[in-house]
Amino acid sequence: MFKIKIFKIKFSIANGGKGMKLREVKEILNAEVLVGEDRLDREVFLACGSDLMSDVLAFVKEKIVLLTGLVNPQVIRTAEMMDIKAIVFVRGKKVTQDVLELAESKKMVILATQHPLYIACGLLYSNGLTGKEEKAEEN
Amino acid sequence: MNLSFKVDGDEFTLAGESSSQVKKVLKQLGIAPEIIRKIAIAMYEAEINMVIHANGGTIDVEITPEKVYIVLKDTGPGIPDIDLAMQEGYSTASEQVRELGFGAGMGLPNMKKYSDNLKVTSEVGKGTTVEITVYI
Repeated sequence: MFKIKIFKIKFSIANGGKGMKLREVKEILNAEVLVGEDRLDREVFLACGSDLMSDVLAFVKEKIVLLTGLVNPQVIRTAEMMDIKAIVFVRGKKVTQDVLELAESKKMVILATQHPLYIACGLLYSNGLTGKEEKAEEN
Repeated sequence: MNLSFKVDGDEFTLAGESSSQVKKVLKQLGIAPEIIRKIAIAMYEAEINMVIHANGGTIDVEITPEKVYIVLKDTGPGIPDIDLAMQEGYSTASEQVRELGFGAGMGLPNMKKYSDNLKVTSEVGKGTTVEITVYI
């Protein structure tokens, strides 16, 4: 019991106690929903913006949204290994059907925005998705 | 429980399919999500390496109540200097692989980070064997 309580306190500090629904992410980024329209009530607590999948794999955090300009199937695979359930494709990249089908089979949410990576990350950060104090959770 | 896979080296889009299947099995076995994630990431990095450097290979996974032991074997070019390859940022991947989001020199460091025991043996011209152990 005691252990669980401690974990909960840490968790809320780690997230600044503030999550963001994917519906809000969609609105803030003026994004189109490519996969998972019915799953937009999911909440994320942090975002990770990267075009390097190995860097993403080095970043283990719970309930994050991945923003990337890469649109190949390995992005979905990487997300799958990390238990990442939401991906935003930036810069208006065209996504192929096989990638979307793979994402659907993993019950993910895929959003697409015209914003470049830097702006998309900045918009989410300035709207409260800061992931503050995350270093306290490291290791 | 033992699982075996053959990894196709020609099809980059399919790389990770074995790791995905292992992840599914571990989930069905009721193993803790954070343990599954460690195993999945380490195996996925190794599987990707096998495809981009060695034209595929074989993977054997042994699951016991104490641990998951994964052996990835290829008959690729081998690694001349394993210590150098273990360094973050060191990579011999092609420009094409980098464009796909890999080859940042984080593969082996990530495998080490997420496994409880990592053993890499390699002979130039013969191939590489990666052994990953994660305790449950």
